Amino acid sequence: MPTVSMTVNGRAVTGEVEGRTLLVEFLREQLSLTGTHVGCDTSQCGACVVHVNGESVKSCSMLALQADGAGVTTIEGIAQNGELHPMQEAFREHHGLQCGFCTPGMVMSAIDLLNKNPSPDEGEIREWLEGNICRCTGYHNIVKAIQSAAANMRG
Amino acid sequence: MYNFNHHRPGSVDEAAAALSGADDGKLLAGGMTLIATLKQRLASPSDLVDLGAIADLKGIREDGGAIVIGAMTTHATVAGDASVKAKIPALAALADGIGDAQVRNCGTIGGSIANNDPAADYPAALVGLGATVHTNKREIAADDFFTGMFETALADDEIITAVAFPVPEKAGYQKFANPASRYAIVGVMASSGPAGVRVAVTGAGPCVFRLADAEAALGGGFSADAVTNVGVAADGLNSDLHASAEYRAHLVGVMLRRAVAAAG
Repeated sequence: MPTVSMTVNGRAVTGEVEGRTLLVEFLREQLSLTGTHVGCDTSQCGACVVHVNGESVKSCSMLALQADGAGVTTIEGIAQNGELHPMQEAFREHHGLQCGFCTPGMVMSAIDLLNKNPSPDEGEIREWLEGNICRCTGYHNIVKAIQSAAANMRG
Repeated sequence: MYNFNHHRPGSVDEAAAALSGADDGKLLAGGMTLIATLKQRLASPSDLVDLGAIADLKGIREDGGAIVIGAMTTHATVAGDASVKAKIPALAALADGIGDAQVRNCGTIGGSIANNDPAADYPAALVGLGATVHTNKREIAADDFFTGMFETALADDEIITAVAFPVPEKAGYQKFANPASRYAIVGVMASSGPAGVRVAVTGAGPCVFRLADAEAALGGGFSADAVTNVGVAADGLNSDLHASAEYRAHLVGVMLRRAVAAAG
C-alpha cells in the first residue's frame, strides 16, 4: 500500500493508506483525531474542515495522498498549553454552539477567514460560512463569536 | 469509492506518461467534482494521476496583453490575485463566487473547464473573454474547446497546462446562483476588448454558448440599454427542479443586462 507522510498539528506522521483513503479517514481512523467530524460526506456541510498548508479545506473531499508532505492542522491542534484558541473561547463565551457537531469545522473555517480578513463585517462572515452548515443555532451566535474573536485577536 | 492506483508526478511529461500507461486513467486536479463522483461510484478509473505536485501548473503571470493562469491554480488564488483584480476584475469576481471558501481553496480552473459542467462559471469566462486553452500538445480557442455537455475538445491523453485571457476594455459577469451550491442557474459574461464584443451564457443550456444577437446589439454601443430587448427562446434550454427552460430563458436577458451594467 502507498505510504503517506505529513505533519499533523506539528507532529510528523506516516501511515499506509489506500489510494482511495480520504484525508478525514486518515485523521480519524489512523491518527484517532476524531475532533474532525464527517457530516454530509459530500463537501457541503463543512463539519470536516481542517487546514492544509494554512488553507481551510473539506477533508471528506480530499485524498490522504493529496496531502502528502503537507502541514495539516485539526481542531485538536489549535489550543496552546491548555489555553483554548481565541476562536474556541469566543464560541464558548457567545454560546456559538448547541449540539456541537458542526463546531470543529466552524472554528477551523472561521480561523481561515480571520487569517485572510482580520476585520470582517457581519455580511462577510455570513458569506464566508456558506460552506459550513449548522442546524441548531440559526448562526446568530456563531457570527457574534467570530466578531468577538476578531476583536480579541486584533488586540 | 472503488480503489485505484494513485500517481503523483512532478512534471507534466511524467503525468502524461502515467496517464498513457494506465488501463483507464483519469487526471485529478482539485477533486471537487471527481472525488464526489468516485464516492458515488459513478466512475471507477484504474489509475488517478494527481496533478497537485506539479509546480509548473500553478500560478498567474502577465504575458503581453494577456493574463495567463496555470491549470492547477485554485479559484481562491484567482479571486485574490492582484493582477487579475486590476486587469480583469470580472474574472476575479467570478472565481470568488464559485462554491464556498473551502471549494475555492481546492478547485482549479483546469479541472473546472476539463469537466465542462453545464452550470460551471469558468466556461462563461473563457468564451466570454475569448481565452485560449494551452495544453501539453497545442493551443485551443475557447470557442472550439467546449463541445457539449461534459464534453471538450481535449484528447484522452491531453493535459491542460494554462488558460490565457486577453485583457478586455470592459467585462462583467453576473449569475443567478443556485442558493445551495452556488452553481449558475444562468450566468452571463459580457465583454468588449481585443477579442471583440463577446457575450457567453452558462447554466442555461447543455453547454456554454455565445449570444450573437446581444453581441451585435452591444457592438453599436456597450450599454445595458442596447440589449433591453435581447432574449433567447426556451427551446433546447435546460429544465430541472431548480428552474424551467422558460425561466432560464428569462434569466438570460436579466443576467445579460446586469452583466453589461456591471462592466461599467
